[in-house]
Amino acid sequence: MLTIKNIDVFYGKIHAVRRASLHVRRGEIVALIGGNGAGKTTLLSTVSGLLRPAAGNIVFDGQEITRLGADRIVRAGISHVPEGRLVFKPLSVEDNLLLGSYHRFSFKLKQEITEDMEAIYSMFPVLKERRKQPAGTLSGGEQQMLAIGRALMARPKVLLLDEPGMGLAPNITQEIFKHIVSLRDKFGLTVLLVEQNARSALKIADRGYVLETGRIVLQGPAEELLQNKDVQRAYLGRDITDQVEISNE
Amino acid sequence: MNGFKRDLLTISLFLAGMLLLPRCLTNEYYVNVLIISGLNAIVAVGLNLLLGFAGQISLGHAAFYGLAAYTTSILTTTYNLPIIAGILAGIVLVGLVAYLIGIPTLKLSGHYLAMATLGFGIIVYIVFNETIELTGGPSGFVGIPRLSLFGYSFDSDLSYYYLVVFVLAIVLMFSLNLIRSRIGRALRAIHTSEKAAQISGIDIARYKLFIFVLSAILAGIAGVLYAHYLEFIAPSSFGFNHSVLLVTMVVLGGMTNVWGAVAGAFFLTMLPEFLRAFENIEFLLYGFILIVCMMFLPEGIVGGIQKLVRKLT
Repeated sequence: MLTIKNIDVFYGKIHAVRRASLHVRRGEIVALIGGNGAGKTTLLSTVSGLLRPAAGNIVFDGQEITRLGADRIVRAGISHVPEGRLVFKPLSVEDNLLLGSYHRFSFKLKQEITEDMEAIYSMFPVLKERRKQPAGTLSGGEQQMLAIGRALMARPKVLLLDEPGMGLAPNITQEIFKHIVSLRDKFGLTVLLVEQNARSALKIADRGYVLETGRIVLQGPAEELLQNKDVQRAYLGRDITDQVEISNE
Repeated sequence: MNGFKRDLLTISLFLAGMLLLPRCLTNEYYVNVLIISGLNAIVAVGLNLLLGFAGQISLGHAAFYGLAAYTTSILTTTYNLPIIAGILAGIVLVGLVAYLIGIPTLKLSGHYLAMATLGFGIIVYIVFNETIELTGGPSGFVGIPRLSLFGYSFDSDLSYYYLVVFVLAIVLMFSLNLIRSRIGRALRAIHTSEKAAQISGIDIARYKLFIFVLSAILAGIAGVLYAHYLEFIAPSSFGFNHSVLLVTMVVLGGMTNVWGAVAGAFFLTMLPEFLRAFENIEFLLYGFILIVCMMFLPEGIVGGIQKLVRKLT
């Protein structure tokens, strides 16, 4: 559904992504893991059109989207939930969601958009309670829900999620991840997920890619990556269950 | 519709207050000051849309103001065209020029528009000064006909004042409506975060261009009214200083509110009149008042008043 082929991306002089290739199939959750500065966010921003690759191409649904503007890519069906959420803080929750449906707004579709908004409110009831509040007054977890809701308002086929768990309490991260899985299961949404918390990401993912200093160094089914010794050492650290065993000894 | 009705009410109140104001004045000269304030307010409201809602700075709005003023002056005086034609030509020309400046600069993020408009303002100023045969050069352009539309001539200052207030009210109504609309939501989104606006599917370059052209056109409207009011224009009214003054009006009045621009324009246009009594230290006081305002009213005059009202209630 989404194929990235040999892309090179530069941030000024910094070569942030080097000849990276990956693909995401319809209905899959694919995790992109790696340390700080590995190029995960850069890669995602390139897909959504915020950055331009120096070389390589990106094909979505059989259509080349490499050089399209960000707004055209949203129209094509890819929505990006950015790192740090980037909700429109002074605007109300409702306005934030409406902005998500920006490109398909017309008076004919008003009904449909209201329905979509209700669907998002039923998924995240807390957003409905606060719909008149400025988005900046929400907690981190609520802002993340809002950012996801805003992206869903565009009716995407593919959702790009950048560090949805960043700065959130572990149980809230788990809740967000549960919603991601149910979105895939219920609506067949395809997800490309970037996460520092490699374990949580790989647990819900079907497949994973490991990015290291701009290169994809490893890929495979998520369970395999979870078992992989290198991945464990570099990104997973010690499992909590290990710690429990140690303290029992 | 709730917001629309509320705006209609505030604008009616504003209009009523403005129309009654000249009756309270003792000196006819103050009507003249009010007219200039009103014209500045029209430009400031447009600039506020650009600055406060789209987050872009223009340092060349005085040049748009002047370009429209000179266009209509030359067409109606030198070429004897009807006033309505001169006015329309001035406004259209300004819109067109803004469009041409906006296309390349607004595609880039950052303050390229500020640089481009700064350069544009200086060029326009030089042209006004140097093309003496066309514009009269530094000594100005004289003999511009007083505005008359559809057989009615706005000969008295008072009638001109009513006209300016009326135009200002329309501009305000239009701007408030625009901000509440889908376009306004997009503009506020762009101002909050360009990145987030882009990934919400907003073509940010197009919206910035739209609002820039719109704000230049509003400056143009004020410019033609200025020329046909004073019947005399000179380049010094349209220089860089005036552009900066316009930006100051918007910032001082309060950027997040359309009314802020109005408050800032009236305040800064009238302030020198009150300070004139201090003669030598006039400019010292002027600067001092600006600094105090920015220190204690970071959200501008209107923002400060709103805060005070909230505290009291």
